Amino acid sequence: MSTELVPLAVLMFLVTYPTRALGLLTPWLDRLPRVGFDYLQLVGPAVLASLAAVSVMVVTDDTGRSSFHVGIEWVAVLACLVVTAWRRNLLLGLIASVAIVVVARATGFAALPG
Amino acid sequence: MSLIVFGGAAQFAAVGYVTSGLAWPGIVLLTGLLNARHLLYSAALAPWLTNVPFARRAVMAHLLTDEAFALSIGHFRRLGRTDEWGYWIGAIVSTLIPWTLATLAGVLLGGQIPDPSRFGIDIIFPSAMIGLAVGLLTGRRELVAAAVGAGVGVVVALLSSPAVGIIVGGLVGPAAGLLVPATMAHETAPLGSPASADRFLMPGSHVTPPPDDPADPGRGAP
Repeated sequence: MSTELVPLAVLMFLVTYPTRALGLLTPWLDRLPRVGFDYLQLVGPAVLASLAAVSVMVVTDDTGRSSFHVGIEWVAVLACLVVTAWRRNLLLGLIASVAIVVVARATGFAALPG
Repeated sequence: MSLIVFGGAAQFAAVGYVTSGLAWPGIVLLTGLLNARHLLYSAALAPWLTNVPFARRAVMAHLLTDEAFALSIGHFRRLGRTDEWGYWIGAIVSTLIPWTLATLAGVLLGGQIPDPSRFGIDIIFPSAMIGLAVGLLTGRRELVAAAVGAGVGVVVALLSSPAVGIIVGGLVGPAAGLLVPATMAHETAPLGSPASADRFLMPGSHVTPPPDDPADPGRGAP
């Protein structure tokens, strides 16, 4: 197993850890006004939804150019959302999502990514 | 890399950058940009963890991932108080250990899988993110924040880059959510209420701690 990427991993850690630690280790955040706390409580749904949407709707080519993507992935993620909300069970949602993509790609209804 | 960086999206991206020959400074810069969303997670969790000793918070920070954040803050909100053990379990048992073992399995066995996308593996990440977001939707404010965050994120990602889009979506979405008046928020399970606990936990499993429980450092958190 190669270890030549360990220095790169350390550099990646050095830029990642401060973003994770800054909020947790900053002393005044617990004295935020109510509206500030309310804002922070809404960060989770917003970032996670943004992550999911960007992951399935935006593709980036080799030159770094972003473009809009429409595909079976939309249906799969929507199915996961519905099943998770309905059954309160993320595992079932993930199974439904993966099953849709696997069947669609196996039957030729959807192309493989890339 | 899984143990040192412990950042799934950044690791996926880094592998692509390395194979495409991008210089290390560029990879590090893009990693910082991609992981900048953790700043928002960290700030959102901070008010719940102020009574946890500094050293333990410093370790918690390294384990703060998308999944650990969603699991722990959802757990805190359901209980209406801090549960430090809940954070450790969510971050280590549910995320760090499976991620590390799966990475190891991928290194050892991944070459024998001809095309992982045939098995729909690429859809698990966005599906998991939206599923985790569902667990945090308890009213119209959260719903608006998620919808606006997703929409803004996609538009900005198309105009700049996915990493920037995610961050801007994460910043604008909550602001839009706050525009929903409290009287219209329709929280289905107000934070810390028995209804909130009963919504997510096994019936009867939620125990309300006594008001002056000294062993509960998060008591009094909003």
